[in-house]
Amino acid sequence: MSLFGTVVLKEIKDNFRDRRTMMSALIFGPLFGPIVFAAVISLTLKQATTAAEEPLPVAVVGAEHAPNLVTFLEQQDTELERLDLDPDSAVAAVRSGEEELVLIIDSAFGDSWSVAETARVSLVLDNSDNSTSRYARRARAMIGAYSSQIGAMRLLARGIDPTLANAIRIDEIDTSTPSTRAALLLGMLSYFLLFSMLAGGMYLAIDATAGERERGSLEPLLTLPVSRSTLLLGKLTATVFFMCTSLVIALIALSLVLGRIPLQELGMSVQFGPKEVVTAFLVMAPFALIGASLLTVVTSFTKSFKEAQSYTTFAMLVPTLPILIAAVMNLKPSLEWMVVPSMSQHLLLLDLVKGETLQPLFIAVSVGSSLVLGALLSWVAIQLYKRESLLM
Amino acid sequence: MITVKNIAKSFGKVEAVRDVSFEAPDGRITGLLGPNGAGKSTTMRVLYTAVRPDSGTAFIDDIDVTVDPLAARSHLGALPHGSGLYNQLTARENIAYFADMYGVAKDIRDERVQNIIDLLEINDFADRRTKGFSQGQKTKVSLARALVHEPKNVILDEPTNGLDVMATRGLREVIRKLRDQGKCVLFSSHIMQEVAALCDDIVIIANGQVSMIGSADEIREKTGCDDLEDAFVEAITLTEGAA
Repeated sequence: MSLFGTVVLKEIKDNFRDRRTMMSALIFGPLFGPIVFAAVISLTLKQATTAAEEPLPVAVVGAEHAPNLVTFLEQQDTELERLDLDPDSAVAAVRSGEEELVLIIDSAFGDSWSVAETARVSLVLDNSDNSTSRYARRARAMIGAYSSQIGAMRLLARGIDPTLANAIRIDEIDTSTPSTRAALLLGMLSYFLLFSMLAGGMYLAIDATAGERERGSLEPLLTLPVSRSTLLLGKLTATVFFMCTSLVIALIALSLVLGRIPLQELGMSVQFGPKEVVTAFLVMAPFALIGASLLTVVTSFTKSFKEAQSYTTFAMLVPTLPILIAAVMNLKPSLEWMVVPSMSQHLLLLDLVKGETLQPLFIAVSVGSSLVLGALLSWVAIQLYKRESLLM
Repeated sequence: MITVKNIAKSFGKVEAVRDVSFEAPDGRITGLLGPNGAGKSTTMRVLYTAVRPDSGTAFIDDIDVTVDPLAARSHLGALPHGSGLYNQLTARENIAYFADMYGVAKDIRDERVQNIIDLLEINDFADRRTKGFSQGQKTKVSLARALVHEPKNVILDEPTNGLDVMATRGLREVIRKLRDQGKCVLFSSHIMQEVAALCDDIVIIANGQVSMIGSADEIREKTGCDDLEDAFVEAITLTEGAA
């Protein structure tokens, strides 16, 4: 076997036996993303469905002043509760959290109503509570609907076309397909995948430089009749191998998680079957070379495992920057963005989960530019490994 | 055979080695003796080509270390100061890894590994992971992997550091065995008695320079001191006075 192959196999064997490396490469790194993802999505799902489907809980004070309105509300999807309280204690009840939403109808309502003046009701709510404000929105819409219904009848009774009162009608055309709505949430997916790769290779990258120096195994290694570039390339390859293993685990976990979450209920559809897993791997894997060499470059300036660990934590944030920019500027895949590593992977992955066809040219540019940058960083890492001061 | 010719090496403003020349012939144990910071380790590092001398050069079996470092290293078995092992690998795997890296042929590799395990008498813990080994066990395994390719030249940088009496004795025996096999052994230490007990030739260095070369008896004679320790101190002060 070649010397290069010997180094690669030894590093893989050595690190496979190290519990810390294995936990980080095969468990924490790859599973962190899918678990957080599943938690966030199911939480969103729960909130969205409860607010939309549950009957609206509303308490009414002074129901006797507006029997028709109350009957109308009861016919809607509500859980109406009649309260016998004065307005002040109704406000207090909402403030204390005893009631969520209280509609106050005072005695003046009937008088105004009968002479066709604007009749008042008060809605008591706590706007800082997210779910209450959703309920309030529904309550306002119901009362509003009743109000325009009565208003239209009053106009008709006076021989006026009710549409005159509506000078403008807004029609909203929502272009988001179920999948694009999902993509908003899935935007963080690419970071999870990059993170799992970096976490998977982190310990190995540290071990290759600072770790070996700290253990005292570096100097004996350098007495071998093997060039330093062969040694470092072997270590880099082993790191890339671990990163890709983490990526595969993360992708499979993600595919299982996404398959189990009832995303259709959110009006979303996400494609993440075996075919997407393979494509995502091909798109993401070239980033492993960048990650491995970046971490190696960073750790070769450090003296101890601990120091290396704190620097790599920062280095792991670097790839998030292009993703953040892409998210904030809402970038769409285009040829020039494919040149930017981590951003190109992010954009391509986004299109992939949206179920859009990826352009082969875009993939080629993304893979090519990532490999070029990875090769460049590897070259830097080798130069650093060749320094005499590596041992000092 | 190792030949060192006028090597000098500075790290920044620190002159670690100013001018060191000596020869370590085959079939003899040559001791590099000097106080801490005298330049022993730097000299050793030049020999196993971890650092390149600013001037001068050294030869391992007629191979110039500055011209062909890879070939020089393949003729050498080196035990650097404070050598560490791969904790997750067994002693045997550590040795086998170095055997592969030295280019020992696949078909004879396991046999060679077993031979060196027998020679160093480490069978008892050869198949245990090296995590938690004692200093003595670690040193023996480090030595075994440096010798697995049966090099003609062996460099040992302060190998007895941290070893207890029994381990030190065992190591001395191994070093003598290597000499009796006709190898060139270069051994460094800052402990005079140790060098005197083991070495055929002694090279005393201080302040980055060679201050005296000879057998223990010759050094006693040259310095006019009967006691070896006094002779060592005398030799060192000579150099330090001159510098």
